[in-house]
Amino acid sequence: MRRAVLACAVLAGLGSGAAAQPGPEAVARYGAADAAHPILIQGALDIPAFAPALEAFVASHPAVAVTLEQWNTNDLFAAMTVACAGAAPVPDLVISSAVDQQVKLVNDACAQPYRSAGTAALPPERNWRDELFGLTSEPAVMVYNRALLPPGDAPASRFDLLDLLRREDGVYAGRIATYDIERSGIGYLFAFLDSIQATTFGGLIEAFGRARVVATCCSAEIVDAVARGEYLVAYNILGPYAMVRAATNPDLAVVTPSDYTLVLSRGAFIPKGARDPGAAGAFVDFLLSEPGRRALAETYLTPGPGNPPEDAQFTRPIPLSPVLLVGLDRQKRARLLALWRETFPETR
Amino acid sequence: MPSVDGPAAPLDPPRSVSLTARLAGALALLLAAGGLLVAALAFAYGRGAARQAYDRLLVGAARQIADSTAPRDGAISVDLPVSAFELLALAPDDRVIYAVFAPDGRIVTGYDLPRPEPGFEGFYNGDFGGEPARFVVTDRLFAERDLSGPVAVVVGQTTRARGELARDITEHALVLVALAGLLMTALAAFAARSALEPLRRIERAIAGRPPTDLTPIGTPVPREIAGLTGALNRFMDRISRQSAATRTLIADASHQLRTPIAALRAQAELAAEEPDPARQRAIVGRIHDRSVTLSRLADQLLNHALIIHRADAVPRERLDLREVAIRATGEADRDLFASAAELHLDLPEEEVPCLGDALSLVEACKNLLFNALRHGRPPVTVSVRAEAGRAVLAVEDAGPGMPREHWADATTRYARGAGVSARSAGLGLAIVDAVARAHDGALRFGHTGEGHFIVALELPGVVR
Repeated sequence: MRRAVLACAVLAGLGSGAAAQPGPEAVARYGAADAAHPILIQGALDIPAFAPALEAFVASHPAVAVTLEQWNTNDLFAAMTVACAGAAPVPDLVISSAVDQQVKLVNDACAQPYRSAGTAALPPERNWRDELFGLTSEPAVMVYNRALLPPGDAPASRFDLLDLLRREDGVYAGRIATYDIERSGIGYLFAFLDSIQATTFGGLIEAFGRARVVATCCSAEIVDAVARGEYLVAYNILGPYAMVRAATNPDLAVVTPSDYTLVLSRGAFIPKGARDPGAAGAFVDFLLSEPGRRALAETYLTPGPGNPPEDAQFTRPIPLSPVLLVGLDRQKRARLLALWRETFPETR
Repeated sequence: MPSVDGPAAPLDPPRSVSLTARLAGALALLLAAGGLLVAALAFAYGRGAARQAYDRLLVGAARQIADSTAPRDGAISVDLPVSAFELLALAPDDRVIYAVFAPDGRIVTGYDLPRPEPGFEGFYNGDFGGEPARFVVTDRLFAERDLSGPVAVVVGQTTRARGELARDITEHALVLVALAGLLMTALAAFAARSALEPLRRIERAIAGRPPTDLTPIGTPVPREIAGLTGALNRFMDRISRQSAATRTLIADASHQLRTPIAALRAQAELAAEEPDPARQRAIVGRIHDRSVTLSRLADQLLNHALIIHRADAVPRERLDLREVAIRATGEADRDLFASAAELHLDLPEEEVPCLGDALSLVEACKNLLFNALRHGRPPVTVSVRAEAGRAVLAVEDAGPGMPREHWADATTRYARGAGVSARSAGLGLAIVDAVARAHDGALRFGHTGEGHFIVALELPGVVR
């Protein structure tokens, strides 16, 4: 049934890194080719994770056809910075997990307001200026391989992870992975928030260096490597990627740290100059509606039947607020990256 | 009795706009004007308050950023504090812009803002991405071996929260004004009711009276409407006096006329039955004498009633007492002094002004003259003079006058002192006294140095 709605899904893997002009990593199309309202969504997201929601959307909104481009967070931010300055056409909707970058774009007057019953019902930390909306609820998790990790070693919090990293026997040396924060916007955001959330961050980064933690890209690759046994534990992974794989792989264990769990709400905004802001707004409303949430829950992007919400006591929702601009400050970023480079000299 | 010309006025007077409506109108106008004024003031105040509040946030954030700057290797390093942005995020829906400038003017971090004037610290208004924004510049001075001079921190924020706060304050103020307005309206309605309550009391007091009751209204009333009750009381007093005068006239007439008329009739019957023509002629002569007396009596009665009526009904005008004396002596000559007895006029050179009714005064003067001629001894002198703010008209004769013990009740009607002849009805002094009272004056008796009897009519004078 889902296939019937899916008009055409093109996955066009593009060579990353060497490309001078950053572009989408993949493109998918949903809806009728001759729909009255074709819209373009540029997203720092995994197309398969959003496919159920898009299929449900075009099924209930036959007049809208969606072209969804999958981008790397940093590339999308760079492209949108150029587009917002008027140097390139803007899409109808921008979605990114790197909400600090989204906040920066909105702060720089790139977005237009959109108001509806759905956006008005959002809590304040998920609606900034009626321009940036938090669509999802995705915890930052730790993932480990049940088959390979002794039961007593299973980490439940950052303190447990620190203990593993400091083990003298070197069992975990080089077998723990996390995002490369220079290449991944979401990795950088998590690292920045860790640095301001808790004092464990200093110890953690020092231990990362000592245990030769691997910094790499990206969520999917890291989780797959844990599944293969290449890494034993992965830290600060965006929950849905791990949960989707854990659903079919019993060896994968997903842990929401019990000291505190960052919860990311993927931010979406309609750029100024969007060709069809009404249709883009309809898509936002759909994602915030009950059917939209159900579709997002299929891929664990929102709490659902198989994905209960975390205990509010330990969750720290990342608010869509100008506070996130601090992490993008060039000097702040330079400091954090310098610290990172000292910790992971071998990745350079 | 007063006559009414034209159609009679309806008992309920025509109504003008009700007091409550006038009060409501005035109050509505006041509240509308006051509301506008308060709205303008509240908005101005709200804007000021919002500006002050959010300017403090702005400058606090700028100071925190300035404090996070440090010289390192000859350059400025900034460790942007999260708390500064948390402070700014207290205006949750406002966009934030910032920049840190090194002493040489280059941007260390932040947005590409124009460099502020060196040495400028403070606030300015500007624009950020098409929205109005408020900026603050704060400096931090460094004096290091390899770096010295001011580091300028600029922090700006759009003004959405300020506008909302100002609106909020204005709305609250307007709600208060509206409440105060409602309260004032209620108070005004209550005040109108209680202020008009004494009028209703008077209305009830008057409505509850028997038709003959013309006594003054005794209902206690507030000072503000005491004038009204005073006027009402004076009005009723006039009516009362007029009806009393009418009653007096009727009583006098019935009492005084009945006897002479009966006597006249008896004489006439006697004359008719008298066969002797000589005696019959004598009776007719007596009838004639009686008729003359009766005619004078009727005159006096009517004059008395007329003067009492005029005292209330005719407005007083400014007149010269000398003219009153001249007119009185002139008419008295014609009417009374058939005997051409000696009559002198003693008038001053200058006008003796007073307020009064000329006819009443002339009548009073004539009565004094008549009394002097009738009961006194010639020569009779009429004098007019102004003394100590009073205008005095005096009639003097050469006789001793009436005995001193009769002076007190000389003005009472029917008083018949010594020397009062049967031909006088005894009303003369009563008329003079009524005229004096009606003019707020007095009637006085006395003797001159030579022992001549003098009767003086003293009236309040007016300034010449």
